[in-house]
Amino acid sequence: MKHFAQDTILEARGVGRTFTRGGGLFQQRTFVRAVDGVDLTVRRGETLAIVGESGCGKSTLARTLVRLLEPTKGQVLYEGNDIAHLPARDMRRLRKDLQFVFQDPFSSLNPRMTVGAIVEEPLTVHTQDNKTIRRQKVAGLLQRVGLRSSMADRYPHEFSGGQRQRIGIARALASDPSVIVADEPVSALDVSVQAQVINLLEDLKSEFNLTLILIAHDLAVIRHMSDRVAVMYLGEVVEIGDTETVYGAPRHPYTQALMRAIPVPAPGMRAMHADLPGDIPSPLNPPSGCRFHTRCGLADEQCGIDRPRLQTADGTRQVACHHWQKIAEDRTRQKQEPPRSVATAKRFSLYREWSRKKKSNGPSSSPAVTTTQRKDKNA
Amino acid sequence: MSAAVDIPAAGSEEQPRSGNRAWNKLKANKSAFVGFLLVVFFISIAILAPLLPIANPTATSWGAIRNAPSAAHWLGTDELGRDILSRMIWGAQASLLAGVVSVLIAVSVGVPFGLISGYFGGWIDQIISRATDALLATPFLILAIALAAFLGPSLTNAMIAIGLSAMPIFIRLTRGEVLAVKTEDYVEGAHAIGLPTPIILMRYILPNVFAPILVQATLTIATAIIAEASLSFLGLGQQPPAPSWGSMLNVAKNFMTQAPWMAMWPGIAIFLVVLGFNLLGDGLRDALDPRET
Repeated sequence: MKHFAQDTILEARGVGRTFTRGGGLFQQRTFVRAVDGVDLTVRRGETLAIVGESGCGKSTLARTLVRLLEPTKGQVLYEGNDIAHLPARDMRRLRKDLQFVFQDPFSSLNPRMTVGAIVEEPLTVHTQDNKTIRRQKVAGLLQRVGLRSSMADRYPHEFSGGQRQRIGIARALASDPSVIVADEPVSALDVSVQAQVINLLEDLKSEFNLTLILIAHDLAVIRHMSDRVAVMYLGEVVEIGDTETVYGAPRHPYTQALMRAIPVPAPGMRAMHADLPGDIPSPLNPPSGCRFHTRCGLADEQCGIDRPRLQTADGTRQVACHHWQKIAEDRTRQKQEPPRSVATAKRFSLYREWSRKKKSNGPSSSPAVTTTQRKDKNA
Repeated sequence: MSAAVDIPAAGSEEQPRSGNRAWNKLKANKSAFVGFLLVVFFISIAILAPLLPIANPTATSWGAIRNAPSAAHWLGTDELGRDILSRMIWGAQASLLAGVVSVLIAVSVGVPFGLISGYFGGWIDQIISRATDALLATPFLILAIALAAFLGPSLTNAMIAIGLSAMPIFIRLTRGEVLAVKTEDYVEGAHAIGLPTPIILMRYILPNVFAPILVQATLTIATAIIAEASLSFLGLGQQPPAPSWGSMLNVAKNFMTQAPWMAMWPGIAIFLVVLGFNLLGDGLRDALDPRET
């Protein structure tokens, strides 16, 4: 890990970002550790998804990776160079390679600039092209993302959300970057448009040899698009690995809960609801030890004291949990339903009894039993 | 209008560029166009004053003191028998200069300070904001009088004094708008592209904070014209016998019952100029906003 591997394009080493609030005359200064000690490697040409619930720090991490926010600790290495502490001028030059697509297409385009000027901006800063060539390139980019080049003279408010997001993507592509970080690029769009934009991103990725870092909370989108996935909880990466491995056999209890929350589109194959007790704790005052131990079914004393580090589980997958081996052995448990309450168990046993009776007696006697069963259910 | 957005636009090639579009929108807006005409009218009489066939505005006449409007003196004469029409026309120069130049001073000093203060924050914001608070704590006119007295009595110094007194409101207004705009994604996007800070300020922040500044500026022109009148009255502005609407109004109030026309004409002129600038400012704000159709 110490050596910067050839196929790694971007790496976070112990990256943390703390926001400070208050600190006035009569105010207590409070610290929010939005991102806390994240280690992450992004391989050249892959799509890495970062997933987690709202407020887990995934957007902060994304901004830190391209230094839209400066990390308060740790390093971000791009092609082996630490960009977290680069002088501002050198960083500006590097921004050519590291581009960002924003979540909200309605606030991410300057309302006072024409679309052409917006897409042209990176070319003006990063290339020596003259105006004619820049215009041609802008027209090409607009066409590439599925807009007409004649739209360059219009203002952003004349476009729909999906079109605006395409403009945002065209601008990100303009400087010919090698890494694009997309912060929930489709979550603000209509479901029907989401698929178009996602397919566009995928096409562009292979066409322009991009490395894509995708922030999302839509688990289906991630499974569709990404090669690897990193799961975040309260500012930490708790599990990272190949998408299929993580989706197929999650090793961290939080990932398990996330996967259980995916609805299964088949009647009778109901997904179990995520059985996490309580809410996500405040990052103002994160739990000691493992940050997940307050909501984890496997938590023991050690979890409240020792903060688990990311460790390699099977193959390339890394997990930050003291008990991942236990989870790995207990494969059957994951497929099972959550433990039933006494009342539920009673109802289920009644149902089993009824269906056995029904089988032995034949279908004729079923109505009467159904009524009794209903009564029991109400009780 | 927005229905046309998604339809493949046949006429999109002939879409006017932004400058033309703003002018067309301004022309289409009736009240703004009236304001524009008023402002143009007063500016042209101020500029053309030396060429117009009118009486000498400072020539007194003992035989025609406080004459009512007549064929000889269309707007009447004042307490020294000077022709009010020619004083009005020459006075337009002083009043419009006082209004426009002092607001230009206020905007061109106040807006950059506001931009810096709001955008960079930190200690520099603290210094600028506290200084602004101190200036705002002093009443506008008192501050202008103090500055004018300090600089010495003349129209130029009065304009500088009024401009500096009106500056803090622009600092504060700009700062507040910048604070709101700088958190927008498109500003962060400008960083992500790698634009240098001055360009971000000029191309991304300033255009998006300018509408309220423009409206404030047109309102302040009115205040400045009246402030110039007050300074002239105290002998700190336009030096007699050279005319300005403000000084004419101040003298005229002594003769309100005997010669009401003396106060009426400068009053109407100030009203119309202020109205013109306000209508024009409102119209400009809408015309320059690409979101308004």
